[in-house]
Amino acid sequence: MKSLALFKKDLNSELRTRYAINALAMFIIVTLSIILFSIGNERISQSLTGGLFWVVIFFTSMSGLSRVFVSEEERGTSLTLQLIAAPSTVFSGKLLFNLILVFAMNTIIAILYSALFEAFVLRNFALFLVSFILGNIGLAFASTIIAAIISKAGAKGTLYPVLSFPILLPLILTSVQLTLFAMNGTSFETAKFELAIVVCYDVIILTVSYMLFDFIWKE
Amino acid sequence: MIWKIFLFLLLCFVSIAGISFPIVENPQAWYEFPFIKGLEENAKIIFFHVPTAWLTVIAFLMTAVYSVQYLRKKNLDDDAKSYAAAQLGIIFCILATVTGAVWAKFAWGSFWSWDPRQTSIFVLLLIYGAWFALRSSIESEEKRATLSSVYAIIAFVTVPFFIFIMPRIMTGLHPGSADDTNAGPVINFKMNGNMQLIFFLSLIGFTILYFWMWRLGYKSIIYRDKLNRQLIIPTRSGQGG
Repeated sequence: MKSLALFKKDLNSELRTRYAINALAMFIIVTLSIILFSIGNERISQSLTGGLFWVVIFFTSMSGLSRVFVSEEERGTSLTLQLIAAPSTVFSGKLLFNLILVFAMNTIIAILYSALFEAFVLRNFALFLVSFILGNIGLAFASTIIAAIISKAGAKGTLYPVLSFPILLPLILTSVQLTLFAMNGTSFETAKFELAIVVCYDVIILTVSYMLFDFIWKE
Repeated sequence: MIWKIFLFLLLCFVSIAGISFPIVENPQAWYEFPFIKGLEENAKIIFFHVPTAWLTVIAFLMTAVYSVQYLRKKNLDDDAKSYAAAQLGIIFCILATVTGAVWAKFAWGSFWSWDPRQTSIFVLLLIYGAWFALRSSIESEEKRATLSSVYAIIAFVTVPFFIFIMPRIMTGLHPGSADDTNAGPVINFKMNGNMQLIFFLSLIGFTILYFWMWRLGYKSIIYRDKLNRQLIIPTRSGQGG
């Protein structure tokens, strides 16, 4: 599989420089400590912790997920990639890399978060797990295709969150809602509409990404 | 020419009728509007606010359609068309947001309360903003057209989540929300015949106005590009000031 080979190449070059991993790890610590400092000794409500959880996830993903494509442009290797692989293969490889990155990053955030915030108690853990996995998948899909757009545009750093936010908002709003459900111990039966929205979102974004990636990549 | 005069008269009639016709308990005369519980005198905004919101969506749809067209044919005229549509779209989007906020001040007591409708129009505003930010960051014409087309399509497929799903699952204040017991979905028409008539006339009038403005917009963009290409910019130093 060529996309697996591409994924391995990305993994190797990432492990060599550890740019994205370091940036993400530092960003997690920075965002969490900013939130902790700004809260101070206040007791924050349960619903607020659910929302802040996704704030941390959003900003952390915005700091490191654009690397997959931006690094290719910076090294000038995107033309070589165009020669050796079909666009969909390239996209699959990059998507796989970002998926792994998002899952690793968000698991760390979730563990740290539940350790640091006492109000963050999950009464329905299974629901949280399902919504967390679906949300991560959607996050990885959307951020990968936006990263591809960004890598071809001029201003790379600042534009990424600007472009991603409106696209990610349906996912984030629904995920916040699902996290609140999980914290309140709501059953799957009540939450099925929100879960269906997240599944729809994942499918739609994945389809659109594969359809449109050709145009971005050949530009 | 005739249809321009017709449009002028239509919009004049809609503005006068929409503002001046009275709202009464039991409408008898042809010019009287019914009293809708929960909306009262504020109901009149429907003649101006709904068309702007409608045009925001139409403009967004056209941006996406011409983006698809551009990606298929790679004709820069299509890019000009989608650009002109988005330019008008952001204007109508701001108008819809502002008129909605002003109305909300009188109807709900505050300018902004994160009602699902307000959220969705705000997200549309963000999408337009991001789209223009993306365009302004790219120098080359073809690249700009391709990337902004791709982004417009991606944004377009996520918008139904806001416009059609969110307002129906979140509890909202806006007339037509899922839990609205007072006015009911406005589309189920508690309006009487003449109110409906003026509402639809207003919708038609604003839509024609939009298409007229859009035609002028994209033609001027195409002509400007042609002129720029002919001049090949010998006056660069003159533009510095």
